[in-house]
Amino acid sequence: MTRLSTRFAALKREGRAGLIAYIMASDPDHETCFEILRGLPGAGADVIELGFPFSDPMADGVSIQLAAQRALKAGGSLRKTLDLARRFRAEDQTTPLILMGYSNPVEQMGYDGFSRDMANAGADGAIIVDLPPEEDSPLRAAFAPNDLSIIRLATPTTDDNRLTKVLEGASGFLYYVSVAGVTGANAATSENVRAAVERIKRATQLPIAVGFGVRTPEAARAIAQNADAVVVGSAFVDEIAAGGSEQAVERVLRKVEQLSEAVRTARGQ
Amino acid sequence: MATNVESRRNWQDLPDADGRFGQYGGRFVAETLMPLILDLERAYRAAQADPEFAATMQDFWTHYVGRPSPLYFAERLTDHYGAAKIYFKRDELNHTGAHKINNCLGQVLLAVRMGKTRIIAETGAGQHGVATATICARLGLPCVVFMGATDIERQKPNVFRMKLLGADVRPVTSGNATLKDAMNEALRDWVTNVHDTFYCIGTAAGPHPYPEMVRDFQSVIGREAREQILEREGRLPDALMACIGGGSNAIGLFHPFLNDEDVKLYGVEAAGFGLDVYNKHAAAINGGKPGVLHGNRTYLLQDDDGQILEGHSISAGLDYPGVGPEHSYLADIGRAKYLSCTDDEALEAFKLCARLEGILPALEPSHALARVGEVAQEIGKDGLIIMNLCGRGDKDVFTVADALGVTL
Ligand SMILES: Cc1ncc(COP(=O)(O)O)c(C=O)c1O
Repeated sequence: MTRLSTRFAALKREGRAGLIAYIMASDPDHETCFEILRGLPGAGADVIELGFPFSDPMADGVSIQLAAQRALKAGGSLRKTLDLARRFRAEDQTTPLILMGYSNPVEQMGYDGFSRDMANAGADGAIIVDLPPEEDSPLRAAFAPNDLSIIRLATPTTDDNRLTKVLEGASGFLYYVSVAGVTGANAATSENVRAAVERIKRATQLPIAVGFGVRTPEAARAIAQNADAVVVGSAFVDEIAAGGSEQAVERVLRKVEQLSEAVRTARGQ
Repeated sequence: MATNVESRRNWQDLPDADGRFGQYGGRFVAETLMPLILDLERAYRAAQADPEFAATMQDFWTHYVGRPSPLYFAERLTDHYGAAKIYFKRDELNHTGAHKINNCLGQVLLAVRMGKTRIIAETGAGQHGVATATICARLGLPCVVFMGATDIERQKPNVFRMKLLGADVRPVTSGNATLKDAMNEALRDWVTNVHDTFYCIGTAAGPHPYPEMVRDFQSVIGREAREQILEREGRLPDALMACIGGGSNAIGLFHPFLNDEDVKLYGVEAAGFGLDVYNKHAAAINGGKPGVLHGNRTYLLQDDDGQILEGHSISAGLDYPGVGPEHSYLADIGRAKYLSCTDDEALEAFKLCARLEGILPALEPSHALARVGEVAQEIGKDGLIIMNLCGRGDKDVFTVADALGVTL
């Protein structure tokens, strides 16, 4: 059992969806980010997605683009991201933490080094946005010995044939990108998402998380009806951007509480 | 140099089925785009096999673009250096003033075949933007061009030309607001408008099949040059030269000669303020290392953490931190050699060409021109060189005036 499978099994027993909270490492600076990170589980995040910054985030909307710029300005890097993960893991042994970002920083570190350092830091898996199944075999080979999960993405453009390809070698959970677009874009309609989740569920036993464009408790609640988890990122990142770093911790965690509450209670209604 | 085994291979059979040129190339895109680039590849294969597609291209080349472009003996420049004979492949005489239209024509005709109704493009110098806007106007398609705000400032004439042609020019302010940021923004648009939009990439880079497809559309340059030099001189040239931004004009000239191993290939990268000045040049091969950006693995300007550097060149069309994957491969195996040229050297070459040949070259090919003398000496008196004069300098007169301290 990995931390991810343990957590998803627990959510299933509780009969509720989970909240996956995304923040960008080193945004707005390392220490403020660490304070947010360590507060996430208490505020209701069931899984943490920690972004590592890249200069050219071409699948991200403005919120996360700016987060990456702030992080890089604060000295953020893949190494610093792993360091934050390690500090988090020293305090919390149960909340799954996955990394999310683009492939070039990983290429420069080397896939084996990335896998080893992730395992040492206590990270559980990764989403590498620009590594589709066609290109992720070096990462899969490097992750296997350390039992790290490769989280694959399915999108509205993924047809049934493609879905089979995406699911081969996927682990941890499947991330359904609910709209064709960048992060933080407009939300999909809940009927479309519901139908997509049902379609994917017929094809896999993996838990399904739905993200992109989920900003409000209402949207999160709708998705939590049938998805196993709801991913929220831009809405939290915007709270960091909204002002001074002292209040940032509190603002983000309050937002996490709100969305967590919506996700937790969704199926009771 | 190439090993014996390598030197006997067929250089023209790449990329492989995965879009690889050795370790370079590939399809490093978000999952949302994967079905689209696979679909594009299928559509491109079908077009390649369709004589009607080729005939339509040929018709536009002849009557709209003005092909074949002349192969011109640069007599006074040759005398100036007193060594190998220098020929210019004059793609600056194409409609819209650069080689870019060869590729735009192919891609936009393909888009029409695929039933796409909206074209997007990125542009740096504005030449690719102008060429895309031109073909879109001709074929009656809406065109959106993403252009870095910095480039909009330094390429004003082209911005106005695009607008006259009916294009919607969208300023990009993220990052350093230059070409790579424009490309990021175009990818963001594409991933959002997957159903109706065709992304017309301006150089031989991006995810497979773009590097191959753009190369194929630009290879008309090399095919013509080969025929023309055989007719003029009765033999193949000793060397080919071209500037390298993303590498499309260079690969277009080189590719039909790849298997002629006695033909030396020289690409010239932009050295900006100098290769030894950190983040102040745009020479990906000479000053970068392999990595992944914009859908392909290739040489990139980057720091140790894999963050992409902005680089610098006086020439907006060369100011890109990457290079097409086929060039990375040709560099590694030694089939082509990559030189570099600073801003100042390019300006000198620009002035020299204007005075000696009565041709204002674009700042991009001025980089290749700056190295022509040395290569001519190396090849020697009886040698033949073809240099790709891939763009005209009208768009650059403001930049050049500025660099020379002249107020217009
Ligand atoms: C005239 C001209 N030459 C060269 C380039 C560089 O592109 P490439 O290396 O793809 O030919 C450009 C790009 O804008 C250009 O306008």
